Amino acid sequence: MDYAAVVVLDIVYLIAFLVLISAGLAVVFGMMRVINLAHGEFVMLGGYATISCANHGINIYLAMLVIAPIVVGVIGLVVERLIVRFLYGRMIDTMLATWGLSLLLIGLVTLIFGNTAMSIPAPISGYAIGRFQMGGYNLFIIAITALMVFALWMVLRYTRVGLIARGAMQSPEVVASLGYNPSTVYMLTFTAGAALSGLAGGILAPLTGLLPSVGGIYIAQAFITVITGGAAVIAGTLTAAALFGTVDQLVAFASTPVIGELALLILAIVLLRLMPQGITGRFFRNST
Amino acid sequence: MTGSDFGAGRMPWIWFAVAAVALLGLPLVARTDTPALLAIWCLFALSLGLMWGYAGILSFGHAAYYGLGAYTFAVASFNIPDTTVPLLLAIAVPAVVAAVIGAMMFYGRISDVYLGVITLVVTLILNRFMNATAGDAYRIGNARLGGFNGMPAFPTLNVPGDPAAAIYGDGLYYVIAVSLLLAYLLARWILTSDFGRILIGIRENEQRMELLGYNVPAYKTAIFTISAGMAGLAGCFFANYAEIVTPGVFSLGQTAEVLIWVIVGGLGTLIGPILGAVVLGVLKLELGRQQLIDNSLVLGAILILVVLFIPNGFVPFFMQWRRRLARMQAQRRRVGGVRRRRLAMPDAEA
Amino acid sequence: MSETVVETQDLSVRFGGVLAVNSVSFSLRERELRCLIGPNGAGKSTFFKSVTGQLRGAQTSGRVLVVGEDVTTWRTHHIIRLGVGVKTQVPSVMNGLTVLENLWLSARRTLGHAEAEAVVDEVVSELRLQGLARHRVGELAHGQRQLVEIGIVLAAKPRLVLLDEPAAGITSTEMERLVAIIKRINQAAAVIVVDHDMHFVRMLEGRITVFHQGAVLVEGAADTVLSDARVREVYLGNRAR
Repeated sequence: MDYAAVVVLDIVYLIAFLVLISAGLAVVFGMMRVINLAHGEFVMLGGYATISCANHGINIYLAMLVIAPIVVGVIGLVVERLIVRFLYGRMIDTMLATWGLSLLLIGLVTLIFGNTAMSIPAPISGYAIGRFQMGGYNLFIIAITALMVFALWMVLRYTRVGLIARGAMQSPEVVASLGYNPSTVYMLTFTAGAALSGLAGGILAPLTGLLPSVGGIYIAQAFITVITGGAAVIAGTLTAAALFGTVDQLVAFASTPVIGELALLILAIVLLRLMPQGITGRFFRNST
Repeated sequence: MTGSDFGAGRMPWIWFAVAAVALLGLPLVARTDTPALLAIWCLFALSLGLMWGYAGILSFGHAAYYGLGAYTFAVASFNIPDTTVPLLLAIAVPAVVAAVIGAMMFYGRISDVYLGVITLVVTLILNRFMNATAGDAYRIGNARLGGFNGMPAFPTLNVPGDPAAAIYGDGLYYVIAVSLLLAYLLARWILTSDFGRILIGIRENEQRMELLGYNVPAYKTAIFTISAGMAGLAGCFFANYAEIVTPGVFSLGQTAEVLIWVIVGGLGTLIGPILGAVVLGVLKLELGRQQLIDNSLVLGAILILVVLFIPNGFVPFFMQWRRRLARMQAQRRRVGGVRRRRLAMPDAEA
Repeated sequence: MSETVVETQDLSVRFGGVLAVNSVSFSLRERELRCLIGPNGAGKSTFFKSVTGQLRGAQTSGRVLVVGEDVTTWRTHHIIRLGVGVKTQVPSVMNGLTVLENLWLSARRTLGHAEAEAVVDEVVSELRLQGLARHRVGELAHGQRQLVEIGIVLAAKPRLVLLDEPAAGITSTEMERLVAIIKRINQAAAVIVVDHDMHFVRMLEGRITVFHQGAVLVEGAADTVLSDARVREVYLGNRAR
């Protein structure tokens, strides 16, 4: 019974983790069909911002939930104005330019912070289920992610901002006909996506030692989750994350974590082969 | 049809001869260790450039076949006394794997970004898997896969038929250089053949080529396989050069690098990827020697600038300029000619 | 006894909840010229695509036969190899390549290397494309590109030619030339033309099949069909003359 609870919690945690690291990429891909391969580095920057603030005595929750998103949001804004906005409609070129950006950011961070890992302790202590020791911080991550998804859904569904964003998803003409400048909408959407990435980085900062290279791990998993999920921002990411999280953890429990990871990757190939437009290209087509 | 060569241009025999002489004569005047590595990278870049530039297939995980070539050679050379077969396997295994994956993707009409994801995922799978193969349990015959630390000390290339005669140093350099020259000739031959022209047509408009009756997935799988075999050969040479094979050959970094070489050098040419690999390879090696500027930073900045300002890469950009200059010169000559004729016949209508 | 080049038997095509083609039985003999007309959404394009095997994600029932072969489940390139030439609604050519290169790719698929070049020259002179031959197709005007696409279709020497809105966006002089070309194509191949331009359709002087809501409404000679009350109602509303 305890074991079952552990398994379930671990599955839910992995799903939440995947959703959290994918959110920023999903917003930008779903809204603008832009694939930002520097997303992993945005997450990494959120982590560095949080740790730096925490090391200077700022309250950790403030650092991760407020400061990190703002800092990375601003960076995202600059990136959009200087690079991304010239490449709209050119998906492959955007991917290449943002890949270059990711290398640039890794280089910059290595220059500024060096190559040794930085870390901060998790602010929430562990608890026990039966004889299993669980990380308490994981529960926090699950809760925050659920809140984030809910907030995102509410904004997209029920606010005017969300409506404009969803209109921009259809076409720039729709946005223009509503009286808004599509270029501004795209700029703000990209910034919002970057902020979400920064938020993820902040929240995940206490988990492991932070290195300039962690972005590579995040982008791979986020990329796979978002593309497999398809164009619908929330439904796609949730579905893909749910599938991957469940399969990965179940297989990992049955064998080893590495095989669990491999199972996730193989599942991704199978899903994409069966549904070349992603999951929400086939099912749930009109969801957000 | 004269003048309709699908953009291939005439074979630059003179340049090729110059390059061949330079490459083959190099050991007489300089050390061959860095040039050997650069030549390996050139071969790798050429393999991607051939497929991407002419058939329009962008693989985000071309390092998979490079790495498979390296690992195949290492594993095979532990198990087979003469390295001739391992060398051939290092080409064949990546090619076969590519044929399977390619067929799965192309017959499933996967393209663009989804192709990019799948190819990337394949490389990630290989990376993760190889990283986890430490310990005695993971072995193929006599070869222990070695996990994160990789496979060191495998028998390197020998002269075919004579396992005692090892090929290393200058000898290895010659083998790589000749292979690069032959690979270039092969690529040219493919391009100017009917097969190559059909590939170019597919790159231009897949749907129309299908409506003309071409089995598009078959063609794409074929070039994907050839490209993978070439990358595998480069990987095999890399294994021999480094004398160790680690999962790093499957890394995101490795697969990103080859992409950057091709795109900076120039898509749609054969010499572009080669030059890109040389220039950026030298840059990487030089930057590696000092601590001040990080290699990633420079590479990243270059990639951004190239995509923004010279999206087709340097070689096409350079060729465009040459054409523009030639046109301007031709115009000037025409105008000058007319003027001269007018002056020569003062009695003609004023 | 002329052969049936293309035939459908009780063909129905459904996309999700929509029945795009409703039990259509159609047949076309060798060297016949047929025009498919009908309002937008009548199922003409879907019908067209079911003949060329371009329907994905659709449920099909009934049969499609091309030169006697049941091609209902065949992939596009297999069907094309039976000798079908298709000109699509939106001009689909290799824009980055020259006219000659486009034509060559078409001819080469059915012929050897040397014969392909001969056919290319033939098509160039027949369509009077000499001046444009070495130009990139992407740089040509719309009407010229349409002409090149027809050239591509011709270069494969098809037995069945499907033209989807060939008169779209061309001038009236180009239209006269197009009608002449189509009639010449018709001397060697069966032709199906889908178009909206009634003037163009009349000039072709072929039989007409009218589609409405996925089914065949009327089929017959031009004058009969175009003066049929049902056709006028479907197209023009009863107030038209």
